[in-house]
Amino acid sequence: MSAPTNQHQAVEMERDAHDRGSSDHVDGGAAHGSRSSYVTGFVLSVILTAIPFGLVMSGVIGDKSVVAGICMALAIVQIVVHMIYFLHMNRKSEAGWTLMSLIFTVIIVVIALTGSLWVMFHMNQNMMPPMNPASAAEMSDQM
Amino acid sequence: MSDTLLKTIFGRLTLESFPIHEPIILGTFIAVMLGGIALVGAITYFKLWKWLWTEWFTSVDHKKVGIMYMVLGTVMLLRGFSDAIMMRAQQAMAFGANEGYLNAHHYDQVFTAHGVIMIFFVAMPFVTGIMNYVVPLQIGARDVSFPFLNNFSFWMTAAGAVIVMASLFVGEFARTGWLAMAPLSGLDYSPDVGVDYYVWALQIAGVGTLLSGVNLIATIVKMRAPGMTMFKMPIFTWSALVTNVLIVAAFPVLTAVLAMLSLDRYVGTHFFTNTGGGNPMMYVNMIWIWGHPEVYILILPLFGVFSEVTSTFSGKRLFGYTSMVYALLVICILAYLVWLHHFFTMGSGASVNSFFGITTMIISIPTGAKIFNWLFTMYKGRIRFELPMMWTVAFMLTFVVGGMTGVLLAVPPADFQLHNSLFLVAHFHNVIIGGVLFGAFAAINYWFPKAFGFKLDPWWGKVSFWSWVVGFWVAFMPLYVLGLMGVTRRLRHFDDPSLQIWFIIAAVGAAMIAVGIAAFLIQIYVSFRDRERLRDWTGDPWDGRSLEWATSSPPPAYNFAFTPVIHDLDAYYDMKSRNAERPLTGFRDIHMPKNTGTGVVLAGLSVAFGLSMIWYMWWLSALSFAGILAVSIFHTFNYDRDFHIHADEVERTEEERTRILANAAAGA
Repeated sequence: MSAPTNQHQAVEMERDAHDRGSSDHVDGGAAHGSRSSYVTGFVLSVILTAIPFGLVMSGVIGDKSVVAGICMALAIVQIVVHMIYFLHMNRKSEAGWTLMSLIFTVIIVVIALTGSLWVMFHMNQNMMPPMNPASAAEMSDQM
Repeated sequence: MSDTLLKTIFGRLTLESFPIHEPIILGTFIAVMLGGIALVGAITYFKLWKWLWTEWFTSVDHKKVGIMYMVLGTVMLLRGFSDAIMMRAQQAMAFGANEGYLNAHHYDQVFTAHGVIMIFFVAMPFVTGIMNYVVPLQIGARDVSFPFLNNFSFWMTAAGAVIVMASLFVGEFARTGWLAMAPLSGLDYSPDVGVDYYVWALQIAGVGTLLSGVNLIATIVKMRAPGMTMFKMPIFTWSALVTNVLIVAAFPVLTAVLAMLSLDRYVGTHFFTNTGGGNPMMYVNMIWIWGHPEVYILILPLFGVFSEVTSTFSGKRLFGYTSMVYALLVICILAYLVWLHHFFTMGSGASVNSFFGITTMIISIPTGAKIFNWLFTMYKGRIRFELPMMWTVAFMLTFVVGGMTGVLLAVPPADFQLHNSLFLVAHFHNVIIGGVLFGAFAAINYWFPKAFGFKLDPWWGKVSFWSWVVGFWVAFMPLYVLGLMGVTRRLRHFDDPSLQIWFIIAAVGAAMIAVGIAAFLIQIYVSFRDRERLRDWTGDPWDGRSLEWATSSPPPAYNFAFTPVIHDLDAYYDMKSRNAERPLTGFRDIHMPKNTGTGVVLAGLSVAFGLSMIWYMWWLSALSFAGILAVSIFHTFNYDRDFHIHADEVERTEEERTRILANAAAGA
């Protein structure tokens, strides 16, 4: 603090913007990992990769859709593990902005994907011509 | 030389690609060349090249980058508007035996270029430029978070504009409409270079838009002055934050869909073709997932501008600030839930159409709430009808009509009647001109004194204002009428002579808008000429309320000698009412980013890359792409990025301002 701040309120001066860059931790900077958190993340990732790999290779479970379901579920867990241990996401990181932007991204992606699937399913039902040569020729006759 | 060699060097560019047989284009080309030579000659004669390069082109100062965005937008407005006036003239005369003066091939390019230019190279540079200039000042920051990235973003946008302009004289532009809908934009139906121009111009400009979005989000989140909590942030900065979040979430969708289209066109995939398992409806779906948020990207920053202007010129705190912020946040999510209303008629079932019809009606609620907030801000205020406020009132009247026709179109059964008609064309011009353009003019008149130290001339400003506003109503109300009668858009010739009168009225309106644009340019010229008469020494010509008015006009390179501490939403009003005094001693060195030409170089290489991809000059594509990578990597080794403005220089600048302020106070 260098400016004489006898006018107490509005003219209280902070250090200049350059110095302020380093004081970001005041309002919550990025979280950092420790060795143990990286190891935990790594071990969890290996386990979560090994299980689906083993399931597919060994063929213990006969029903393929069950296997696919388990693989997908473990993949989602894997994503969460990566976000927590490698991307250091938690409620406090960057004063909550990290989590907030994650939630926003998830909302937008879910809207875009489910919306597109819903819309395109309708379009496909209503608008796509039947895909066999005879009726296709019929269609082009009508046009 | 053999044909193969020529083909290897020039790809599909031949002498026939230059439209020398088209008199209109040739005339334009000659005029542009003469003008260009005159401009280059003048710059050389007055020895301005070095000044332009060091002070502007390579500048990483957010204020200069912002002004360059505004200049780009203004130049492209002239191009986009000349397309508009060509269409209006054609439609006013082409009835019955009269074929007009534009053939179908040319007319289709004109309406495509008009849409693309007005959205991507006029409206987008305007909103980005305003945000760039104002946001760091409003939050008390020295610059944006990534100053070099900012300069680079601008030049990428300019590179996209250069590519679009090149299509006028070399080859041709797309004839597909501004969204290049598949399968028309596929190789089967558009084998020529037009769609490739479209794709590469937008891809390259898109890089700039996305990066400036990232930049401004980081700036607003990380660089606010101490004390400025989220809910003490000026409303314009809020709108800029939401806008840039929308940009960062939406533009990758456009990039992806255009990338798939170019894969279809270049390597023979079948994402959007009619054959080979492709589905063109997916293109429509995806481009509108980007396209609807895009309209909010355009309008939200201007909502912020109107809020600032209304509050300042009513001399009151903004009514319903918190509800304004929540309205922005609601729009931020809802903007992603309405895209299907752009293609109700493509064949989804009743359930899908009603869902999206209802979401569309819902999104009008937060927008309507804003209108009431502005009205209540004006209520019992001491309103000063200066130019920015005039544009704001004109916006409210005009935009409400556009909004209501929008809600009308949101009803799927009504949309089945009105879609693809001139009613739709009238609707979106009603909201884009009435909202975005009026807002841009409000912002230009409002912040120009901040940027240059003198006000814009009010007389020519009023000429421009009345010509624009009246011209808009005269030009577009006939289109509502025609649309209700079932006239479809994008037609170059009509058979029914009873329609002609409406098109003639619309053409008259377009001519009035032309007067408005001319008056705007004259306004800038006259203001520059009479700058001493219009001078503002105080830095606060409008009795402003937010932080940007606390510094001098134009602000020094470092914006604020000391980072201000914020205690109130209307930070500068708060300072004034507490009689806070500027600190006069204790200055310190200020750390600043250094200018760099890398942005210009990268954008130049991108133009070469885009043009070579368009014309199939593969050797140049490879070379320029390698160049882009090399320059980018090389730039990361540039450690000479910053310098310090010394404390004594800061002190001199601030003493000069103290002296000027004292003079102004004595004079007043």
